[in-house]
Amino acid sequence: MSIEAREARQPWILLSPTLTVITLLLIVPVLFIVVYSFWLRTSVGDVQPGFYLDNWADTLTDRFYRDILLTTLRIAAITTVVCALMGYPAAYFIARAKSNKALLLLLLMLPFWISYIIRTMSWIYILGTNGALNTALQWLGITAEPIQMLYNETTVILGLVHFLLPFMVLNVYVSLDGVDETLEDAAGSLGATKWQSFLQVTLPLSLPGLAAGSLLCFVLGAGTYITPAVLGGPRDAMFANLVYEAIIIQLNWPLGAALSLLLLAVLGALVMIYNHFLGLGQLMKGLG
Amino acid sequence: MDNTTRYQRLLERYQNGDLDRRSFLGLIGAAGLAYGVQTPFARYAAAQEVTQVRFDGWGGIVSEAFREHAFTPYTAATGIEVVDGTFGGGDEYLARVRTSQPGEYNIAHLSGVFDYARYHNLGLSVELNEANIPNLQLCIPALSDAFRAISGGSLSCVPYDYGTTGIAYNRAYISDEEAQAQGAGLLINPDYTGKIGGWADWRTRIWYGALQTGQDPNNITDIEAVWDAVRQHRDLALRYWTSGAELMSLMAEEEIHVTEAWSGRIFALQEQGHDIGYIDPPNGFGWQECLFVIAGSPMEACEELLNFMLEPATSIAVAEGQNYPPALDPTQVDLGDKIPTLPAFDPTGTLSGLTFANPEYWNGNEQEWSETFSRVQRGY
Repeated sequence: MSIEAREARQPWILLSPTLTVITLLLIVPVLFIVVYSFWLRTSVGDVQPGFYLDNWADTLTDRFYRDILLTTLRIAAITTVVCALMGYPAAYFIARAKSNKALLLLLLMLPFWISYIIRTMSWIYILGTNGALNTALQWLGITAEPIQMLYNETTVILGLVHFLLPFMVLNVYVSLDGVDETLEDAAGSLGATKWQSFLQVTLPLSLPGLAAGSLLCFVLGAGTYITPAVLGGPRDAMFANLVYEAIIIQLNWPLGAALSLLLLAVLGALVMIYNHFLGLGQLMKGLG
Repeated sequence: MDNTTRYQRLLERYQNGDLDRRSFLGLIGAAGLAYGVQTPFARYAAAQEVTQVRFDGWGGIVSEAFREHAFTPYTAATGIEVVDGTFGGGDEYLARVRTSQPGEYNIAHLSGVFDYARYHNLGLSVELNEANIPNLQLCIPALSDAFRAISGGSLSCVPYDYGTTGIAYNRAYISDEEAQAQGAGLLINPDYTGKIGGWADWRTRIWYGALQTGQDPNNITDIEAVWDAVRQHRDLALRYWTSGAELMSLMAEEEIHVTEAWSGRIFALQEQGHDIGYIDPPNGFGWQECLFVIAGSPMEACEELLNFMLEPATSIAVAEGQNYPPALDPTQVDLGDKIPTLPAFDPTGTLSGLTFANPEYWNGNEQEWSETFSRVQRGY
């Protein structure tokens, strides 16, 4: 075998364990879900194999699913914007910190050490009728009665921001950390104010990180199930909650399969668009 | 030989130097793969000697009582270990059972006759040899009869306890008289907007919708009126709770002042000193729980364990722990001092005062109603 042929094979040999795992644990299960989506639920909750388009017809044409999907995308978008607005200054502060940068990064990672569910549930004890915030407001004499803050769309978004903010900060930080600070000095020496050098030099150079953070926040936010289940009111649901209900409550695995594939397709399309314009390389940097 | 002993021996051989590291890791990896990717051949494992029986229940104090009063003496008497698992809800557990291999799950503490019917209809039931469960004779016959009617006279479970889903209210805001006068209507009283709760369970929502519209829950004639009542409740409610723990927290923290509630959970709150009232409105929702043996399980070992669990001492300890009356017939067994004080307790042993869901009726409408409820809940 020639050296060129051996070199061409080497990456595939090195990648083969990973590709095998991805094939077995991701692609094959997704293919199973695709097959399931064409089956039907029987009256007793079992499945009837075959090739039926009923689930896809429901999923694609039913206004109910479309509305919940749009609500999900809207909540994910609001969450992403809030994360960007809150996360960018924090990331900038860490990236430009002269000392204790490691400590600040450690603090940023700290929430990951606590279960996402516990972090979400902690809001019940902060925003509840007898929670920390209401108690403080009443103690300070600002309110006479507890304010009803829990179990609505705002608390769902709050919980999502709490969950996703570190992802945004990390991505923006990685991007800002790679920006040469002397460029800002150079802009200053050419007469730009601090604000102008930020707007015209730093911000554009950090946009890939912001975009990568936004993509992660949006995709993770749109796929969430726990937050609306814990912090939402009766009406509040995101698309993943419908998938859960179809599969677990209604025992309608075929419909649940079609719904989950629709969500996968929508979020996958978003990743493809991102990849087309910005490439996934920045995302990998942030995740790394 | 059980798997634990097998792995311990393997580890011993490796530590003694009889097995090289590569072979040891290879064998462990192969065992893990075999466990994770079970094949149809796994069913032959059922033929091996029974060393374990798996029981799944609601966890907490109930499991503790089972461990102390049933599992430990059972293991001492038979040498069979009881693997004690828990689940968060019946629907989630059914999904787990359906994706498991036969014999992986053995006995489950299931809710409701309709759950029994669902398992039976999915081919997950067995036929118990009642001669191996003499304590079954001590149970209220009406409870067993409901199950027999579904599985053609035989049983795949033993009844274990019963209770009601009535109306709980905070007496600081709602008087006993008002609760009695309004009954199910209390849950759609606009005076309590934002302080009303409800269980996120389609059956309960429809049941109470039927009561609020003056219909028989086991024979609803105007389902559209029921959906309107469900919508009305939805718009007034702050939260649909999803577990007993959440129900207790919402009531104790005064997030909500009125909700439907499980009788035993409210009794527990009352025991803790919370001033919460509880009523069962006319045609209130009665239910029973059972210990269900799942198809593919080692039958004799399971039957013996069921008999241990139905021992009066065990049943009474569990009942006192979870605050639901046991399935034991009070005309045959002395149930002690606490159980007669529990809500829903029937001293006659006939259960004639409780209304249970007709499983045929409710399961027949399950698909349509559960899907419609999902939509109604979200504003449709």
